[in-house]
Amino acid sequence: MAASPKIDEKKFEQWIGLQLRIGVLLAATIVLAAGIFYLKKYGGTAPDYHVYKSEPAELRQITGVFHSALSGHARGLIALGLLILIATPIARVAFSVVAFALERDWLYVVTTIIVLAVLLYSLTST
Amino acid sequence: MSHVLEFTLLIAGGSFLAGLLGSLTGLGGGVIVVPLLTLVFHVDIRYAIGASLVSVIATSSGAAATYLREGYSNIRVGMFLEVATTFGAITGAFLTAHTPTAAIAIVFGVVLLYSAWTSVKPQKDSAKVEPPDPIATRLRLDSTYPTHDGQKAYHVRHVPAGFGLMYLAGVLSGLLGIGSGAVKVLAMDQAMRIPFKVSTTTSNFMIGVTAAASAGIYLHRGYLDPGLAMPVMLGVLAGAIVGARILPEAKVRTLRIVFGIAIAAVAIQMILKGIGGKL
Repeated sequence: MAASPKIDEKKFEQWIGLQLRIGVLLAATIVLAAGIFYLKKYGGTAPDYHVYKSEPAELRQITGVFHSALSGHARGLIALGLLILIATPIARVAFSVVAFALERDWLYVVTTIIVLAVLLYSLTST
Repeated sequence: MSHVLEFTLLIAGGSFLAGLLGSLTGLGGGVIVVPLLTLVFHVDIRYAIGASLVSVIATSSGAAATYLREGYSNIRVGMFLEVATTFGAITGAFLTAHTPTAAIAIVFGVVLLYSAWTSVKPQKDSAKVEPPDPIATRLRLDSTYPTHDGQKAYHVRHVPAGFGLMYLAGVLSGLLGIGSGAVKVLAMDQAMRIPFKVSTTTSNFMIGVTAAASAGIYLHRGYLDPGLAMPVMLGVLAGAIVGARILPEAKVRTLRIVFGIAIAAVAIQMILKGIGGKL
């Protein structure tokens, strides 16, 4: 099975590590920028997290978050940054499918696809 | 706390300290930030675990590059066990909706006590070489890791027990919004006899993927509040980055003991508040 040398696997993993770091950096930048915008707009209002009342329907769906962010809503923009953060490890698993396929390690291609399916199910189920 | 601005800055500062201490003690930011939000800031535990889970994804993914470069983490062990942790995480995230918050607080306290204990007790790498295990051999889990005397081979043992414990780690992660690194290390280091350094780094690499599995469900349930998750995520991430920088020079042993005792006290308070129905 191992057609390609082990060095390639290591390099690919390092590349994946870099991709994860970029994802986190991008998400943190968006959250920070949107957060400043949010504080400018709502900084003077009273916080209320003591009583749980869930989030508005818009911010509980992926399409709704995009819609809210595109409309320039501060909370929607933060939520978009959070979505990018959640997508980062999912993208990492997707890249691993490719890495194992390049190595022709089919057992792990299947294993990784199962993990990816669970992640996508969680993100898209309602 | 009169204004959102003041509240946000206080939460960001507290989360920074949680991320710093979580990184220095190896406990992780999540187990510290949830008690901080619930006990100090009186945030509902569902919002607290939502914000904490997001910060867990950020620190785990941000640190992964370093761990992958060092060559300790075992990608196959991680990916195989993620099948267990992601299924567990989904189970845990569903359980959160049907479990009274008081019960969540009690379970949280117990996990916190266990985590505090593992961070305080001395860690020893068993030098014993384990014989190969047929399941691990078939799954190609055996690997090598760098030591002072060059690459050292190890055999992975007791795969079903480790897989079962990993499912539990996933459930706790989804239920409590934490990385549950302590249970992951227990599964790999104690049950599967994987060298300690390989266990901790592989655990870190798995935490982000496990947390992403419950994050989607948290989003649909409305546990992810942008206004709260923003300062928590940024604070914990910044704290973890600073922690990783100063870790080589820090007197970790003393810090772990002092902090382990403090965390145990917080854990007991969480359990008592849960029993008293005050959370």
